[in-house]
Amino acid sequence: MGVELTTTRLENAATWAKQSLVERGSNWGRKFSLFTYPFVTACCGMEFMSVAGPKYDIARFGAEFPRFSPRQSDLLMVVGTVTEKQGPALKRVFDQMAEPKWVIAFGVCASTGGFYQNYSTMPGADQVIPVDVYIPGCPPRPEQVLDGIILLMDRIQNGRGHSQLRTKRDELIAAEREE
Amino acid sequence: MSKKVLDALAAKFPHAVERTESMYGDEIAWIKRDNLVEVARWLRDEPTMAFVYPVFVTCIDKLDWHPVGVAPSEHWNEQKPRFEVAYQLRSAHHTRIRLKIAVTEQDARVPSLAELWPAFNWQERETFDMYGIRFDGHPDLRRIYMYEEFVGYPLRKDYPKEKRQPLVRRDDLPLNPMKREVP
Repeated sequence: MGVELTTTRLENAATWAKQSLVERGSNWGRKFSLFTYPFVTACCGMEFMSVAGPKYDIARFGAEFPRFSPRQSDLLMVVGTVTEKQGPALKRVFDQMAEPKWVIAFGVCASTGGFYQNYSTMPGADQVIPVDVYIPGCPPRPEQVLDGIILLMDRIQNGRGHSQLRTKRDELIAAEREE
Repeated sequence: MSKKVLDALAAKFPHAVERTESMYGDEIAWIKRDNLVEVARWLRDEPTMAFVYPVFVTCIDKLDWHPVGVAPSEHWNEQKPRFEVAYQLRSAHHTRIRLKIAVTEQDARVPSLAELWPAFNWQERETFDMYGIRFDGHPDLRRIYMYEEFVGYPLRKDYPKEKRQPLVRRDDLPLNPMKREVP
């Protein structure tokens, strides 16, 4: 009952054909108006500024405004190393965001803890919150970040984002617990 | 130049200075724990000394320490003082001195110098946080970096290298099969 990680164009088209018009429209709207909440903790923040700046410009993908309030944002970008002490704050920020919401782990530290293997560093933001897209790199190139955002947009259009899949996930977990 | 400081210190406090050494241009005075405040106050207030600038305070964990070529079991034993607390000072006459106090693991206590140099306040808290050295007379001895729930002292040599003490973890299972093993 594994869930495949990426989809092909053909599968995307098949999903598109199955979706209702309202679903298509709402997902289309969602994927082109990602309001990001930058949870910036470390040096990857420099690269995030580079992506957000005019040269690489995530505004081209609709992820234009960094909203510094979790209530107003729907994409949480965990940028940089997360320590164990920050864990409750990260979870709280994620819990405050309104559904539907998505999470990108920006950089290798936010994805796995990176080269920090010690008492203070959390081994990846996914220990605390569910992550949709992992962007590796120390720090990642802006092109990688844009690639990750495009990947996330594909997932949103297909209805495969974390919070869109939540009902399905709950069913799967319940089925697994019964086994 | 700094050697004069060591000599003056040893002449003034023959009972308090255990021994002095000069190593790689650093002057080190080993001080008895009970006389530390007295010595430090003299170093600060005496005009010819004038050690007005506190540089750092830290601790060295000598667990299993041994010189090159000597087996650890021959050099280290439980009776030796495990920790060395080091206070680095700098004077208005551009001289430097390091005060070292040897303490055992069972009695890891050192008098606080935060009253003499307020800048040592947070550094002593950091040393307490990382090594568990208790500073007697410190105004506010709490952990400064780690959270209150943290058990143990992470920079001690016997703290497991990758042991984590998480505050919060997900309660739902990750769906990614690659991640199944994560506790």
